[in-house]
Amino acid sequence: MLKEVIFSGFGGQGALLIGQVLAMAGVIEDLNATYRPTYGFEKRGGVAFCDVILSDEEIGTPVIENPEVAVIMDEASFKRFEPLVKKGGAMFYNTSLISSKPTRDDIEYFEVPCNDMAKELGNDKVANMILLGAYVGYSKAVAMDSVEAGLKAKLGHGKEKTIPLNRKALEMGAAIAAK
Amino acid sequence: MKKLMKGNEAIAEAAIQAGCKCYFGYPITPQNEVPEYMSWRLREMGGVFKQAESEVASVNMVYGAGAAGVRAMTSSSGLGIALMQEGITNLASTQVPAVFLNVMRGGPGLGTIQASQADYNQMTRGGGNGDYYLPTYAPSTLQEACDLIQKAFDTAFKYRTPVGVMVDATIGNMMESVDIKENVQPDPSIPDVNEWCIRGGRREDGSVHRIKGLFNVPEECEAFNEELAKKYDKIRENEVMVDIKDCEGADVVIVAYGTTARIAKQTMKLGKENGLKIGMVRPQTVWPFPYDELREACRDAKGVLCAEMAIDQLLQDVKLALEGTKPIATYHRLSGVMPSANDMYDACVKLAKEAK
Repeated sequence: MLKEVIFSGFGGQGALLIGQVLAMAGVIEDLNATYRPTYGFEKRGGVAFCDVILSDEEIGTPVIENPEVAVIMDEASFKRFEPLVKKGGAMFYNTSLISSKPTRDDIEYFEVPCNDMAKELGNDKVANMILLGAYVGYSKAVAMDSVEAGLKAKLGHGKEKTIPLNRKALEMGAAIAAK
Repeated sequence: MKKLMKGNEAIAEAAIQAGCKCYFGYPITPQNEVPEYMSWRLREMGGVFKQAESEVASVNMVYGAGAAGVRAMTSSSGLGIALMQEGITNLASTQVPAVFLNVMRGGPGLGTIQASQADYNQMTRGGGNGDYYLPTYAPSTLQEACDLIQKAFDTAFKYRTPVGVMVDATIGNMMESVDIKENVQPDPSIPDVNEWCIRGGRREDGSVHRIKGLFNVPEECEAFNEELAKKYDKIRENEVMVDIKDCEGADVVIVAYGTTARIAKQTMKLGKENGLKIGMVRPQTVWPFPYDELREACRDAKGVLCAEMAIDQLLQDVKLALEGTKPIATYHRLSGVMPSANDMYDACVKLAKEAK
């Protein structure tokens, strides 16, 4: 088993966080995992993306040249990663913020208006978790319970109260992939 | 126990588990998680953490701790390591052990904050004055980075020398599962620090504790240099580390270290799928460099591809090793633009064709 995914957005959107949570979920399921972030000087804004690889074998390079799946949160990332997705792969993109339209016919596209969906849930901050849910629902790379456990481990003590809302967001995303 | 950790934090924890008691440093991306982790963890472990006012101050604090026989380290990126060179040559001349971690970013000057291997010359050729060398480890995975920083402390104390560990920013920033060896005991062959360290006052036999690097008489300084040279010869003889894969009967051998070597593994896989035999020589120590091992491993190769995130730095040592016996091609990406396994494969194909 080998799963390769890129999460990309601008700094502050939480693209790196969901990558870390996925890597943690993988480790919880006894898989090998690598998470490789790339970001600029800025705390907010600027490009922020990460490569996440999950495998039951030893992982060679942690760098993904052509991802099976790209999870895209903003316009600039759409333009950057759309041409790189592997033929037959998939792209999830945030239609709340992205106005670009798909240009390829050899990959599958999933529209996820995650900022609007997060508002429906009452908290804009879980937009990234909706996208992660969509990826996990699509790829079945790990179980949703493992994602929740990974998130708990990442957030640490004192943030447990946010778990039910995050879980809801994950499930909402997974429902899109199931359509 | 295996744990998913960020590279910089894993390396810091591994250092502490190898007995590092003092950390002095000054912030710089992409290694800031090292001091951040050290700041709470060392205190928890009864050590000392100090954020110095500059890199020059950090290296001199490390000098002081090392001279007292304590396991101490600092970390920085190439820019900061540049500022520390005066201290490093002084540590070498006074034979004070310490560990220097360089998490490399793009250069020259301020460059970028992303991954690079352009400090190869800085670490292997040094920037300080005089006839000294900095034994330097170049790990490729997080696990190896943890294992080798632990070994670096032993090497530093075994030979009484500053020792470097260099990783590109990818290794510092990425997360991967690691199993950090806990409570690692010093190699039993390491001499007792009380034989040389300064602790104030006189020794029991009345002699003065002294660490010095200044000579008034040229002949004395020359003799000291010859002694140092013998030490470096011993290190060359005993401490070379290299990982050699699939080189027997290989069409092309890739020479690479660090993250570039991990990417080269993918290139080797592409070779297997497409019928081109690709081997790899991966130096784990870049000083001392595995010259003999490299030459021997490349015996069957039609050509050798030197791959690095720098322009022709590793290449100098590859040339020294091969002594003109094989055609050499190069492949590089720089300043945070990652090498591509596919492009590296194309370079191998081209080399194999041309070398026929």
